Amino acid sequence: MASRVVTIITALIVAGMVLVPVAAVLWRGGGLSGLGPGDWAALRFTIWQAALSALLSVGLAIPVARALARRSFAGRSALIALMGAPFILPVIVAILGLLAVFGGKGLINQLLAPLGLPRLDIYGYHGVILAHVFFNLPLAVRLLLQGWLAIPAERFRLAASLNAPLWRVLELPMLRQLLPGAFAVIFVICLGSFAVALTLGGGPRATTLELAIYQAFRFDFDLGKAATLAGVQLCLGLVAGGVALRFAARDGMGAGLDRQVARWDGAATVSRVMDGVWIAFAASFLLVPLMAVALAGAPGLTDMPGVVWSAAGRSVLLALGATALTLMMALPLLTRAGEAAALLGISVSGLVLGTGAFLLLQPIVRPADVALPVTMLVNALMALPFVLRVLRPSLDSARQDFGRLGAALGLRGWPLWRVVYLPRMRRPLGFAAGLTAALSMGDLGVIMLFADGDSSTLPLQIYRLMGSYQMEAARGAALLLLSLSLGLFWVFDKGGRASADA
Amino acid sequence: MLTLDQITVEQGAFTLQADTTLGAPITALLGPSGSGKSTLLNVIAGFAPVRAGRVLWRGQDVTHYTPAARPIGMLFQDNNLFPHLTIRDNLALALTRTRPTASQQVQISGALDRVGLAGYETRKPAELSGGQQSRAALARVLLQARPLMLLDEPFAALGPALKHKMLDLVAEICRETGMSAVMVSHYPADALRIADAAVVVADGSVTAPLPTADLMQDPPAALRDYLGV
Repeated sequence: MASRVVTIITALIVAGMVLVPVAAVLWRGGGLSGLGPGDWAALRFTIWQAALSALLSVGLAIPVARALARRSFAGRSALIALMGAPFILPVIVAILGLLAVFGGKGLINQLLAPLGLPRLDIYGYHGVILAHVFFNLPLAVRLLLQGWLAIPAERFRLAASLNAPLWRVLELPMLRQLLPGAFAVIFVICLGSFAVALTLGGGPRATTLELAIYQAFRFDFDLGKAATLAGVQLCLGLVAGGVALRFAARDGMGAGLDRQVARWDGAATVSRVMDGVWIAFAASFLLVPLMAVALAGAPGLTDMPGVVWSAAGRSVLLALGATALTLMMALPLLTRAGEAAALLGISVSGLVLGTGAFLLLQPIVRPADVALPVTMLVNALMALPFVLRVLRPSLDSARQDFGRLGAALGLRGWPLWRVVYLPRMRRPLGFAAGLTAALSMGDLGVIMLFADGDSSTLPLQIYRLMGSYQMEAARGAALLLLSLSLGLFWVFDKGGRASADA
Repeated sequence: MLTLDQITVEQGAFTLQADTTLGAPITALLGPSGSGKSTLLNVIAGFAPVRAGRVLWRGQDVTHYTPAARPIGMLFQDNNLFPHLTIRDNLALALTRTRPTASQQVQISGALDRVGLAGYETRKPAELSGGQQSRAALARVLLQARPLMLLDEPFAALGPALKHKMLDLVAEICRETGMSAVMVSHYPADALRIADAAVVVADGSVTAPLPTADLMQDPPAALRDYLGV
């Protein structure tokens, strides 16, 4: 009974923290009438870049996932595990990696220049889409790989004994089921793109709604316009989120993807070579930018300005705070209704929440003073749906396996959590905490609305260094950020695994 | 003395009625699978709600008591121990919510000694064999010191010899402590081995208890079909 009350109160708090800023935005927005031609362009760009990014990610994922499903090679499971990394990779780090490869003085231009070929320019809509594919191709590969591995081995055996065309009888039907969901998920993710558009896009031809909100806010000081744009983004997110939920593909964060199904096709040299090419393409597309960050960052590590270190300290505190906050909100919300309440947060973008919070707080306090608490809260709300998704199955199975024993021993309320549930959930708790910490560590979004020089986080500091062309220091700071994000994830995840009993 | 007073249980389309008193030291619930033996046990333990009727223990109505408030220690089919806790911590839950005191530790060691697991306090369940895990769970029921033990086929996964040993241990403990027991069993031989009386659960109803040997000598129709004699 008491726990039900806690659940309801937490759900109301979470819903309130999402809905009150949204209400503030809608109240200040004053209808769609305020949209100028630039804003309509931003809306159009937001939609078509998201569609194209999703299409490319999913389309390229098909041959890559197929090759991974039917080939075994050294490093296969490492590569598949690496496909999960972009989820916790700070956007700004990935951008620096992509710049190192595709940028003006990047690897590719250095190779092209002696051949007299035209120079590649990463800035603009194609850069935005490239970065989105970089982030979402691995996600699409994992989603589709799951589909391939879910086809029972017996089917492959049956098809092989009948010499039936695998593609038509097994693979195409599976893809037809999974593709809409995978496309929808990536489409929604790309709709909310801010940091990518901020760094690689901009201008009339490559501004997303989120970026337009920020610009209206920061450069035009036009709160009404920012609120209107936030309202548009909110509608877009809710509609697209609703559609995506209908197709909801199961997310690719689950383990067990390193299984390999025995099959009898693809023995021809051509298909072996093609599979090899696709795997090499995916691996290098993912790995080369990351290696570039590591290599280019190492020299800069030693002489970074002091502000970088203080920003790093703030970011670590921010990440730890957001993690604690998320887990505190998550535990009472591990019910179906709780998950629904938390999903609110995912359809509302961080910048919309930030705008709302700004509108609410601005009359009361100096925004820069609350930059970190607000960022922490928004980060926690954004991570909450993922955390609940990770935690719920383990709580359900702990309930199923030990609920009766706990009841027979009279364990209720907090003792039940302390003695039974929390220890049973230890591994997913560690994983969820790691996800939240890494996501919060790398977030470059709402902080930009609030921060001034004294309250910047590490991602923001890197962005500022890039803006002032201190690329050496930026690369060093990016390596630091990468290490901190992955390190936090590793520590939490490891903590969940240590001496966890089956 | 456990009385099932005009009990009706409904689970979907399945209905079970019981109106009987179980007074023997050890009573077996026999019957084909799906007949509702485990459901009946869950009603007694408080895990399954009754549609109508009362559960009485020594004349006291316990129908609406929570499982922990009933005079019952239960051995489940599986998951009788928390895998993340040591044997000592598992057993301590029968006595306290905090760290066991020195005298409670002595009690725990005594119970482990009684079931033949002396010195196993600091092991985790995974380090024990199936039979040893059953013994540890039995030790916990012993510590709970409730007057009625319920057994939902907790030894089903053990081999025949080990199972017989465990059943004998249960019978011994019941004799020593004066605890009663109600056990579910698929195997009439198990019932014959330790149960003084048995009831047949079949076709949605529960027969009155009969001495186990008599019941086996002259089984009612429902039990005959099940036994195939």
